[in-house]
Amino acid sequence: MNAVVEEHHDHDHKPTGLGRWLFSTNHKDIGTMYLWFSFTMFFIGGALALVIRAELFQPGLQIVEPEFFNQLTTLHGLIMVFGVIMPAFVGLANWQLPMMIGAPDMALPRMNNWSFWLLPGAFGLLLASLVMSLMGMGSAPNFGWTFYAPLSTTYGPDSTDYFIFSVHLMGISSVMGAINVIATIMNLRAPGMTYMKMPIFVWTWFITAYLLIAVMPVLAGVVTMMLTDRNFGTSFFDAAGGGDPVMFQHVFWFFGHPEVYIMILPAFGIISSIVPTFSRKPLFGYSSMVYATASIAFLSFIVWAHHMFTTGMPVAGELFFMYATMLIAIPTGVKVFNWISTMWRGALTFETPMLFAIAFIFLFTMGGFTGLMLCIVPADFQYHDTYFVVAHFHYVLVTGAAFSIMAAVYFWLPKWTGNMYDEKLGKLHFWLTCISANVLFFPMHFVGLAGMPRRIPDYALQFAEFNQIATVGAFVFGFSQLIFLYVVIKCVKGGEKATDKVWEGAHGLEFDLPSPAPFHSYTTPPEVK
Amino acid sequence: MSTASHGEYYIPEPSKWPIIGTVALTTSVIGTVNTIHAGEMSYLLPVGLLMVAYLFFGWFGSVIDESMAGNYNTQVDKSFRLGMMWFIFSEVMFFAAFFGALFYARTFSVPWLGGAGNNASTHEFLWPAFEAIWPVLTNPDNAKIIAPREAMGAMGLPAINTAILLTSSVTVTWAHHALRAGNRTHLNLGLGLTVLLGCVFLVLQVEEYIYAYNELGLTMDSGIYGSTFFMLTGFHGFHVTMGTTMLLVILIRCLKGHFTADNHFGFEAVAWYWHFVDVVWLGLFIFVYWI
Repeated sequence: MNAVVEEHHDHDHKPTGLGRWLFSTNHKDIGTMYLWFSFTMFFIGGALALVIRAELFQPGLQIVEPEFFNQLTTLHGLIMVFGVIMPAFVGLANWQLPMMIGAPDMALPRMNNWSFWLLPGAFGLLLASLVMSLMGMGSAPNFGWTFYAPLSTTYGPDSTDYFIFSVHLMGISSVMGAINVIATIMNLRAPGMTYMKMPIFVWTWFITAYLLIAVMPVLAGVVTMMLTDRNFGTSFFDAAGGGDPVMFQHVFWFFGHPEVYIMILPAFGIISSIVPTFSRKPLFGYSSMVYATASIAFLSFIVWAHHMFTTGMPVAGELFFMYATMLIAIPTGVKVFNWISTMWRGALTFETPMLFAIAFIFLFTMGGFTGLMLCIVPADFQYHDTYFVVAHFHYVLVTGAAFSIMAAVYFWLPKWTGNMYDEKLGKLHFWLTCISANVLFFPMHFVGLAGMPRRIPDYALQFAEFNQIATVGAFVFGFSQLIFLYVVIKCVKGGEKATDKVWEGAHGLEFDLPSPAPFHSYTTPPEVK
Repeated sequence: MSTASHGEYYIPEPSKWPIIGTVALTTSVIGTVNTIHAGEMSYLLPVGLLMVAYLFFGWFGSVIDESMAGNYNTQVDKSFRLGMMWFIFSEVMFFAAFFGALFYARTFSVPWLGGAGNNASTHEFLWPAFEAIWPVLTNPDNAKIIAPREAMGAMGLPAINTAILLTSSVTVTWAHHALRAGNRTHLNLGLGLTVLLGCVFLVLQVEEYIYAYNELGLTMDSGIYGSTFFMLTGFHGFHVTMGTTMLLVILIRCLKGHFTADNHFGFEAVAWYWHFVDVVWLGLFIFVYWI
């Protein structure tokens, strides 16, 4: 790829003051706000997790009441899913997509800013209910992040209605963000950049955006049914009126399963950018990566009921969802194979982004394998709602999605700030994070298989040791993230200057731009050959 | 930061509208929850909605100004088209959730409550008297949730409303052809008729609701039949209201002489939306009213 980068001093003067952020139409500023929002929420959601782990350090009730424990697990899940992983990926998309496709900005810059600013509104409502709960004024949402009826309808606290509208605002934000991504990719690619020449990160976000547009409105639909069941007497989830609480789970998981791929496909894109860079080889099997991503996205729509094997579905349904779920292992296997093949006989170096990427490949694959165990119907009857499930989805979401985000930050931070981060501290952060995450989540497999249920503040004595190990891991993991915060701030403030290419093996239009990248990325489209 | 300095790209100036939109929506939802629970901050609902109205006037107003000033190139036009297309797709998926609920209730939950499949004991132990018939005119627990006395027929008002919406699709297409042919009289006439038909549809829909509540006992809280009926037709009615308002705005713009034969994306976007509302109605007519 050969880019013609013109001088940018003419239009590089940025708006100043608070208005720069409030009224922004700039993809980089909006991306920055998304990333800092996500980082803030990461610490809030993490703090809730540490209270949970502290309570679970020993059997019996020590620190919090069971009612409050339920609010902690609920808000931890909601914050991490909707407030951390999703905004972080949107932030990365904002920063990277225009640079990667050779565009000056996103296609719809004002809507872009609205997408972001809805999030503080939505999470303001959600966190307000937690603050009120702490002050003894009512309860925050306490029904788990999946908010199953009737826990969230008949038995939900008053704050549930705020929660419902908070989800609506998040949904509007995500749909607008996704529309923007699609319009940007379809319309603003540099001349010569055909679809099959797009960087994989662009491809994965392109497909993720379709998933978002397809399922966020379904989530809006299901919370709207909750709202009317709660307040206007409808019977969607009430069998006495001919409805069915299990229907809630069907509609929810029709959103929920594609949602888990929304949280992992961009991660695949990140890993597919980093591994070739530090292997100094092109990505192995580019087109199969694209097709695998599309296959995973398609399959994500026909596997939702594997979350509900124990609800008493007809056997034919259970078999269908079991086999359909197993199929996902094939395209995912293609991806893992391609990453490993990319590294095969490459000139590998192990800078922090690469360390996170390799950890991702290894640990995400483990999460995938436990997923395969869970999709086997008769086995799932045993595993359902145990800590085995908790271990499974934390392997894919923490050592998967979150690791990929950390990798991406280390990988692109020099491009964003113009400074190299502190490699020594980065490596320290990686090793502490990687080891502590395993100390934290690995024992959950064992207690889960032994039968410890999830979402409980107290447990039988036999589970104590593994829980204590997990709690130690949790605190090390949590406090290690302060190193990450420090490294990022230090890098923003200064440091060794990054070259334009940043990494020896870097490849792509964003690395043709100067570091730090100019305020408007490509004002003249580069020619892509 | 001048908008002209980005080569061939158009990037809007920093804008206050997104942040106003956030404050407006957040205020509206706090107001809505307070209104539902008779809370102290119910007044925030009208305040929020006024802000939303201000937002629409202001944001669309500035986009129209920019468009009229000739700032937009074909690339911006295409971005807007993509945006509108995928917005409509997201709306389709919103309706899909409610259609999904309808189909699930009709295919699974109601027959299962009646003992279908391997649910004989569910039926026996929960509500043995319940008979699975759609529309449900006796709820499983009819003492707690009183079912409608009668179902809404398809061939009265709903059939007329179907004819009205289908006709309105024709009139809006007629207006579009007139616009492209430069016939402003037919354009205004076609649009005016479409707006009128939209309004007639809404009036008849209100009539139907009054009839449902007063004569049939068909209400929001009359069980799964009433739930799906009112949520589907209600959200559709809300979309017709939005669509009619949008058409009215376009009509006013046409009367002011906006749009040309080959540059009229605002018109097309609203026409697409109107056709979408029409198609959803056909789904409703078939699955909610007819079969």
